[in-house]
Formats: sequence, C-alpha cells, structure tokens
Amino acid sequence: MRGSTRVFVMTELTDALAPENAEGGGGGRGSSNVDLATDDTKRTHLRDAWRLLRRRPIFWVAAFLIAVFVSMTIVPQLFTAIAPGEGNPSGEFCFLADSRQGPSADHWFGTDVQGCDYYTQVTYGARISLRVALGATAITLTIGILLGSLAGYYSGFIDTLISRLIDGFLALPYLVAAIIVLSVLASNAGRNEWHVMAAIGALGWPAVVRLYRASVLQVKSLEYVQAAKALGASDARILARHVLPNALAPVLVEATTGMGVVISVEATLTFFGVGLPLDSASWGIMIAEATGRFENSPHLLLFPGAYLFFGTLGFIIMGELLREALDPRLR
Amino acid sequence: MSAPLREDNPLLTVRDLTVRFDTEDGIVNAVSDLSYDLFAGETLAIMGESGSGKSVSAQALMGLVPMPPGRIEKGSISFVGQELVGLEENDWTNLRGEEIAMIFQDPLTSLNPVFPVGWQIGETFRLHRTIGRREAMRKAAELMDRVGIPNAGKRARQFPHQFSGGMRQRLMIAMALALEPKILIADEPTTALDVTVQAQIMDLLADLQRDTGMALILITHDLGVVASVADRVLVMYAGRAVETGRAGDFYARPGHPYAQGLMGSVPRLLSDTDRLLPIPGHPPSVVQLPTGCSFHPRCALADDHCRTSRPDLTVYGDGSRQVACFKAETPAALRNQP
Repeated sequence: MRGSTRVFVMTELTDALAPENAEGGGGGRGSSNVDLATDDTKRTHLRDAWRLLRRRPIFWVAAFLIAVFVSMTIVPQLFTAIAPGEGNPSGEFCFLADSRQGPSADHWFGTDVQGCDYYTQVTYGARISLRVALGATAITLTIGILLGSLAGYYSGFIDTLISRLIDGFLALPYLVAAIIVLSVLASNAGRNEWHVMAAIGALGWPAVVRLYRASVLQVKSLEYVQAAKALGASDARILARHVLPNALAPVLVEATTGMGVVISVEATLTFFGVGLPLDSASWGIMIAEATGRFENSPHLLLFPGAYLFFGTLGFIIMGELLREALDPRLR
Repeated sequence: MSAPLREDNPLLTVRDLTVRFDTEDGIVNAVSDLSYDLFAGETLAIMGESGSGKSVSAQALMGLVPMPPGRIEKGSISFVGQELVGLEENDWTNLRGEEIAMIFQDPLTSLNPVFPVGWQIGETFRLHRTIGRREAMRKAAELMDRVGIPNAGKRARQFPHQFSGGMRQRLMIAMALALEPKILIADEPTTALDVTVQAQIMDLLADLQRDTGMALILITHDLGVVASVADRVLVMYAGRAVETGRAGDFYARPGHPYAQGLMGSVPRLLSDTDRLLPIPGHPPSVVQLPTGCSFHPRCALADDHCRTSRPDLTVYGDGSRQVACFKAETPAALRNQP
C-alpha cells in the first residue's frame, strides 16, 4: 500500500484486500477466526422493539382494537350473519315498519331508518371508512416524506419554495378546498372512494411535510449523517438509510392519529354531499344521517360514533407505542 | 515552499487555501492562504484553538464545507495529481471513504442509533463495492476485531448505545479504515474521551498507520495528545498557518510566540515551574481580524511593525521549519520559554 499508486479499482478490490488483511493481521489476530454471531443470539432493531412492546398490556388493547377493525373490513361475515340491506339472517328484506327501533335482542344496535339491522350496517361501514383512511394516509405520507426530505435536507431555494407552497396550502380553507377538488375531480354520479382518497391525500400533506422537514433538519445536523457523507454515501442513500429511520417517528405518530381524522373528514365531505356516494355504507354517512334524528333515535348516532371512537383510539395508542418502542433514545 | 521535505511526491498538496463563510455578522475568514504537503505514511498534526480554522481546513479536504454559507475563495487541494477544489458532488462521493476518510470528534453521536454497528461499518463496503449483506457483515466483524473490539462477531449485531465512548471511537475508526484510505483525517478524535482511553485510541491509530501506510492528519487543540505520534506539526492561528515543522524540533523549541504560549500552558510533570502560563487575552474575532499579525494584541514581543504588516511563513533554521513571525530570529523569542 505504501507509496503505491491508486490500486483500488472496483474489480480488483477482493484481490487487493486479501493480502492487505493478512499484512494487517500481523499483530497476531488472524482475520479468519472471527465468526459471526449465531442466529439465536441475533438481535435486530425490530426484534428489540417487539420485545419491549409485548410486555405492555396497553399494546394488546390497541392491537385488539385494530385487529377487530381490520378483520371487520376483510371478513365482516365473521361478525354478523345478516348481509347488509337485509332485515334478518334468513335474508328477508328490511321492513320500513321496523324503522328506527331501539336496541333489542334481535337487533343489538336497533334498526336504521330503512328498518335494516343497524349492527350489520355499522360493521360493514368499517370497510369503506378504513379503506379511505389508509389510502388517504398513504398518499399524504408519500408526498409529505418526499417533499419534507427535499426541503429539510437541501435548504435554500428548494426549501423556500416548498415552505411557501405549504403556507399557500394552509391558507386554503380545508373543507372548501376539498369540496372544490372533489367537484372538479368527478361529477356526483361518477364519484367513488378513490376520488375521496385523492382529495384528502392531496390536501393533507402540508402538515406532514412541515413535521418531517423539522425532523430532517434536526437529524441532518447530527454527526452520523456527516460521518456517512464522509464515507461516500450519496444524498439519496443518506436520506433513505440514515435520515428516514431517525426522522420517521413523529410523522408515524401523526399519520396514525391522522387515520382517525381522515375518517371524520370523509364523513364531513360525505355530509356535504361531495364525498362518498350516498349508497355506500360509511360511518360518516351514518353519523351525518343520524344527527338530525338524535333526539328520537340516539342509537343511530351513538353506535357508529362509538366504532369511530374506538377505531381511532386504537390507531392513536398504537402510534404512540410504536414511537416509544422504535426510538432507541427513549429506551 | 522551502527545500523538499522528502524525495517522493506528496499525497496531498494544499496551496493558498482560503475558505470564507458569509454570515449575518459579516465575512468570516475561516482559513486564509493555507499551504502544506502531506506525504504517504506520515502524521501531520494541525493544532490550534477553537475557531483557528483547523476543522474547516479538514472539511475542505473532504468537500464537506457547507456551501452556502461557506465558499472556497481561492487555492487548490491536489490529491495525487487530482484537483479537489470545485469537484462535482458525484466525484466526491467516490473519493470519500475510498481515498480519504474522516473520523469525528464525538463518537457518541457519530453512529446512527437505529442500526447495528456491524451494519454501519459494512455500509462503507456496500457504498463502494458490490458486496452482499452477509459478506459486508463478516468484513465489518473483521475490522472490529482489528481495532481491538473483543468478541467482535457478536458485538457487530449490537447497537451503538450498547458501546462505551472509547469503543464507539474504535467503531468509527473501523468504519473509516474499511477501504484502506490513503489519508485518514481525525478531527479531535479523543476530545470526548477519558484520558486513559485517549492514549489507547492514539496508540491504535499509530498501530494502524504503521500497518497500512496511510497518511494521518490529526486535528487537535491538545498538544499532549499528538506529541508522541506526530511527525510534523502545523500550528494555526486565526485561519493562518503560523508555524510548521518537524514535531521534534517544534516541541523542543517552538518558534512562534503563540506556539510558545501553547507550550507554556501545558502542565508538565518534570518541570520546576509551579504555575502555568496562559496566553493573555482572547482569540480574535473571526469577523474582524486585527491588522498586521493577527496575534499581535496578545503577543509580548509585538511592536509597530507587527501591528501594521503581516508576517509570512519564512524558512527558519535548517529549512524544515517555517515560522510566520518577524521576531522569530530574535533569541529572546526562542528562549524566553520559562
């Protein structure tokens, strides 16, 4: 090595390193006797987080809530024998005469305006609410992390541009903007849940960008980012490998919380008639329809409201627990 | 420059390097007209107080000076014939880690907390070579073994917070040495460590240097740390080199009054002086440097000449040493060392 010209050509490395190591090991330690740990002692970051999480009862509560709601979206048949739009398990139609009955042994949550089993309606409502929430959150996170990385890592012009863009978006009245976007995207008849996801996602990212940008600013000044750079890591790799895992936590919490917010935003938009088509069974539509009848039939509001509450709660608790478990500095 | 220090061509040639920062308070002259050579296998210690420009001059070698606000005003950095000033970011990426590597001051924050240390050391290989995950991990464990981390195979799977400060600095060294760079820059590598650990790390660096033949640039404010390992020293004051020479000559008789002051402020075991002699005054403001010699407000020998014109590095003695002081030739300047 001493005084030699640049011998480090990519393909020559293996040849170049081998004698180098032998020479370096002249101090007594041979390099061949170093064995990697066996698999049973292997500790990974996620495994550590899992060990920490599973000891906490509250984790299981949140996991249970989320599991219930996720399985409701996948196999609602597990929860109710009645199909939506039917009056009872034998498949008969709903009778208007049964309209707005209170909870009973036959109909645990009572019946809705059409006289259909409300428990079935609310259970099936999980499907569309969660789907919209997941889709919109995914869009928000993708845009938020991309723009947040750019703004936080490359300060200067690009940061100014994105920050002013955010200011502009935040100045928009959210609901009015969403209504306009949805009206422009599709006519009332042609609108479906994808449009709602896109509209909520396209308007929700500024908050994520701000949060992520702040995290990136904090993380990028840390020495390990400089160290990675000094070892020849490219910007893209630094952002993906060193910045993302360390800056993601607050955004993750925000996004989990945001799931609940999206469900209610979707409900609001639907209430205004620009959200989901009225024939879809979302909690938003149910709550919207129930508000006018609250005095006579409170169960119409309370049951979807309770589902919404517990579903959101599950995600919020889970977000918080994940943050604690994934952040090694809090250990 | 003076008579050649060595027969072979230097690895690194820095000429008239000038780095400025545009701040709200004005232009900061972080490094001014810095010139030096670095040869293969030698250890150059760059010494100076905080704000003397020693760290910025090292960052410039790695292309890590934040721009803006920083900019390289003029000068050249030549690495085996390749000009580094104005290099494209892509070319820097290939050079960093591969040819020139750096270890940082604070090992506690220099490791990414979310990845196992072996992963991070292996990252260096994956950045520059086509290499599999397992292979990278195995090489990482070998490196950890080489820098003296016991039980390296197992510990490669552990996270940074499971290591002590000294061990983490060893990890950083392992990471920097992965590709056997020709130059290793150590920016105050022992500042954050205990005194006993400091000695171990310096020994390790010296050992590794002997084995690999790399050149080492040690940046420090601590004269004691480098005394035993440095071949040559370069003393910086207010962004300028004020003295450079062989370490032995320098420690025996520092030429610049500032360097003498530095020596006088180091406690010594076998000395009959019973008090340290601090350098009076404060380091100058980097925004508004004093006229003439930047050190004159703190210098006992300063006269009107020093206050109005700036001394350049001038060959002194046998030619290996250069001092930027008008008074360097006066016996008093060299002998008033208490």
